[in-house]
Amino acid sequence: MTRAIVTLPTRARQGEVIEIRALVAHPMETGHRPDSEGRVLPRNIIRRFSCRYDGQTVFSADLHAAIAANPVIVFHTVATVSGPLTCTWQGDGGFVHEHVATLQVV
Amino acid sequence: MARAAAVLAGLATGPVDAQAPPRSGYEMMSRELQAMQRDDSLNPGMLWVLEGQALWARREGPVERACTDCHGATPADRLRGAAAAHPAWDALLARPVTLAERIAQCRIRHQGVAAPAAGGPALLALEAAVAHASRGLPMRPPDDARLEPWRARGQALWQQRLGQLDLSCAQCHDERAGGRLGGALIPPGNAAGYPTYRLEWQGLGPLQRRLRNCMTGVRAEPWAAGSDEMRSLEVYLAWRDRGLPVEAPAVRP
Repeated sequence: MTRAIVTLPTRARQGEVIEIRALVAHPMETGHRPDSEGRVLPRNIIRRFSCRYDGQTVFSADLHAAIAANPVIVFHTVATVSGPLTCTWQGDGGFVHEHVATLQVV
Repeated sequence: MARAAAVLAGLATGPVDAQAPPRSGYEMMSRELQAMQRDDSLNPGMLWVLEGQALWARREGPVERACTDCHGATPADRLRGAAAAHPAWDALLARPVTLAERIAQCRIRHQGVAAPAAGGPALLALEAAVAHASRGLPMRPPDDARLEPWRARGQALWQQRLGQLDLSCAQCHDERAGGRLGGALIPPGNAAGYPTYRLEWQGLGPLQRRLRNCMTGVRAEPWAAGSDEMRSLEVYLAWRDRGLPVEAPAVRP
């Protein structure tokens, strides 16, 4: 079960800069570590994170090995219209997780 | 005067503890780590709490029963304080049970889940959710005479030298807490923050995993999971932490 915790203010004034925190459950296996039998564990990391809001990508990041498991990404955007913010994590082995949070702009 | 009263109260309820009041390892951590633990939007342990809260409502076993059927919509409804009061005596097993064992027993007895399936990742998530419901409450292990021999045995094990390094738990975590072992800070050895998210583990883990870590650290053969030694030590650690707030899910380096 993939879980994510996305934290942002529920309401914001138009033009206000808001902070968004996105925490996701992921092992971020580097591909360099051996298991107890000595076999190298295949790499399993998140490759890309992106957040879409008001019809455009407001933030994206490429992730690499050596980023901790369960990474948290904190970024800012300007509140423009009420609507969904869609956070998407994509990674090795076809991993995709999407989390939709709603922002109300007053 | 207050001290005399405390000593008298100690005489009335159990053995007198000559040590200073318990300290939490939280106070010794960096400010960044403290902030990570305090803030639910940064604390990765909350991922397990969230999963546990989802499992709370899932119907399981042949009787299709969920935790919500007996214990309310969330763990905080009726089980707030449960984590602060474990390990506790289980009449059917006639021995103390830890919080995780209590949850596993509940799943076996009331949901009809098979014993092996009652453990594992689901149990850890449920334990995290139930422990989280007691966050901030002081540890108050049950005042139960049947637990006394277990606590005494746990205390003896705590003070017993172990392994090739010939060190006891007490030598580090009582006598040298706050000092350093190599580059690492020696924590006071609290149980009140478990299950705990350790950066070293890159995940959430129960108290017994931490105890195993310490035992392999002193080059001793760890006691088996769920053994009476582990259980005694957990009973002693809960007693040693009495008064400390439950921090679960804590974050530690």
